[in-house]
Amino acid sequence: MLKRSIENLGNRTIQGVWRIGFAARFFLAMLLHSGTAFRRFGLTVREMYFSGVLSLIIILVSGLFVGMVLGLQGYETLQRFGSESALGTLVALSLVRELGPVLAGLLFASRAGSAITAEIGLMKATEQLSAMEMMAVDPIARVVAPRFWAGVISMPLLAALFSAMGIFGGYLVGVHLIGVDEGTFWSQMKSSVDFEQDILNGVIKSAVFGVTITTIALFEGYDAPPTAEGVSGATTRTVVTSSLAVLALDFVLTAFMFRGLN
Amino acid sequence: MQHDNLVEIEDVAFGYGARQVLKGVNLTAKRGQVIAIMGSSGCGKTTLLRLIGGQIKPGQGTVRVAGESVGELDPASLYRLRRKMGMLFQFGALFTDMSVFDNVAFQLREHTDLPEDAIRDLVLMKLHAVGLRGAAQLMPAELSGGMARRVALARAIALEPMLVMYDEPFAGLDPISLGVTGNLIRRLTDTLGLTSLVVTHDVQESLKIVDYVYFVSEGVIVAEGSADDIRASDLPFVHQFVHGEADGPVPFHYPAPSYAVDLRLGG
Amino acid sequence: MNRTVLDLWVGLFVIAGVAALLFLALKVGSTSAVNTSDSYEVVARFENIGGLKPRAPVKSAGVVVGRVADIRFDNETYEAAVTLRLDKRYAFPKDTIAAIMTSGLLGEQYVGLEAGGDSAKLKDKDRILITQDAVVLENLIGHFLYGKAQEGAPQ
Repeated sequence: MLKRSIENLGNRTIQGVWRIGFAARFFLAMLLHSGTAFRRFGLTVREMYFSGVLSLIIILVSGLFVGMVLGLQGYETLQRFGSESALGTLVALSLVRELGPVLAGLLFASRAGSAITAEIGLMKATEQLSAMEMMAVDPIARVVAPRFWAGVISMPLLAALFSAMGIFGGYLVGVHLIGVDEGTFWSQMKSSVDFEQDILNGVIKSAVFGVTITTIALFEGYDAPPTAEGVSGATTRTVVTSSLAVLALDFVLTAFMFRGLN
Repeated sequence: MQHDNLVEIEDVAFGYGARQVLKGVNLTAKRGQVIAIMGSSGCGKTTLLRLIGGQIKPGQGTVRVAGESVGELDPASLYRLRRKMGMLFQFGALFTDMSVFDNVAFQLREHTDLPEDAIRDLVLMKLHAVGLRGAAQLMPAELSGGMARRVALARAIALEPMLVMYDEPFAGLDPISLGVTGNLIRRLTDTLGLTSLVVTHDVQESLKIVDYVYFVSEGVIVAEGSADDIRASDLPFVHQFVHGEADGPVPFHYPAPSYAVDLRLGG
Repeated sequence: MNRTVLDLWVGLFVIAGVAALLFLALKVGSTSAVNTSDSYEVVARFENIGGLKPRAPVKSAGVVVGRVADIRFDNETYEAAVTLRLDKRYAFPKDTIAAIMTSGLLGEQYVGLEAGGDSAKLKDKDRILITQDAVVLENLIGHFLYGKAQEGAPQ
């Protein structure tokens, strides 16, 4: 019994490593075949609609609520130390450095990532990808690469929109609901948020998340077994794997980027 | 170079790990013919099509199309060859995010520089040949199974290929659609001068339209001949297949211990 | 979905996203006050810099005139050598005093410059001669207790 479970574990690990290797080759193939995605930019634009524009509502609404909660909770804590004037700084830094890229990434993974996996998985199951191959059109260049670049371009935009909405939400709650001074809110914020350190780093993070999430989503779809259970399993795996990857990468990137502040 | 044999499969073997799907197959297809490849499910018929299309490489032997060995071509040459082959997948495999018109126009737009007017005319001609010119603006989701397959056929012949492969074109169709499809395959082969390879297990429809038949069983060709030859054959497997007999070389009972033992009666 | 309507939506999305980025860049953040091209550097030595960090502001009369570029330890004089990057627009006299101050009571530390009266101005790579160390809280408390102890001792 024990022997069986160890065998199993070993088997699954080998499968996992093999899969990662396969995924890496897939990623390289995607990059190499990206020419079509740019020469026929219309394909990429179309995918930006499906990944980016259709995620707007959830991003904007979530951003607003997160910002509002930050405003409330932030005020509650800061006022114990008499530092209510730092509310603007708190809201802005939390969003721009962390919450914007990470939460936008998680939302993107569950909305756009799962949709991409399901779409590619179904195309594979209904032999559309095979048909394309037989018609001498490379499915990676025509179907996969445009979706990849659409995701990479959309993510930083969505993260910026999330942060902007969040700051607006924090402003609504802080200034209009609670009564923090408007001038103090914005001026404190402006003096503590640095463009290079905070905003640019946030953009870099969201771009990295975009690459990660989209690659995982595309790979899971492309590799899914061509059955109903196969596709649904792949969709679930996309959301779980890319969410974990985003959180892990966030730690790595944060440690790397914000180390120098001390 | 004009070859009389468009497709030549010589002593080809293919398997996945331990499972040998094909164990030494020899097959030729002459130009202008409709050739049927028959056999029970899972015997390797679709694998043959994929070998010809270059989607998989044979473990042993050669697959030649128009004189070129498919398994040894580099990607660019393979893609060039594929443009002269059309494939009809089992349920059509139409691109679900495009209209019927765009589906048929796909290869024209990807591989030629023809202006939209010329493309429009060509697409409508192909759709007319399959009888669906009026359905040009419908989406694949709005088509019935038979119609979807006809659109897929129009798509497969868009670039006037020299070889068209059909994967189970008769599966799941009502009697009228069966007749229409069979008729289309024969007519297009004759008028366009194609070669058609039809993988099927529908005996009645295919025997009406084919020139030559190959029977595949357990990874080898067990029988071949013209439609009449096959109808008259007394090989047990062929006989069981053609006449749809419930029991014969392909057994009715899945291997099991003795019935009496299972019901705990004697033994 | 019509090709052109789709393009319209994507265009709007991209514009909104870029606008959000601009909003963050301009209204929320501040670019590093000084660029290397329009600045000059001076060095100030301190015996104790307290909690001064690189990129801390350099202020004069309360206005930010530069940033702390670099902080090093001089192993020979056992002092801290702080490089200040100052905006070229502002010239300071050679006898300017550099002091390490704290914003508020427990806030972050910055370098305050108090202009002297010399007509000669500081140039690139010059040294600020007069410096004032950071006030270390423990020393302050120590002085206070010592002073109190002195007061109470019998004369």
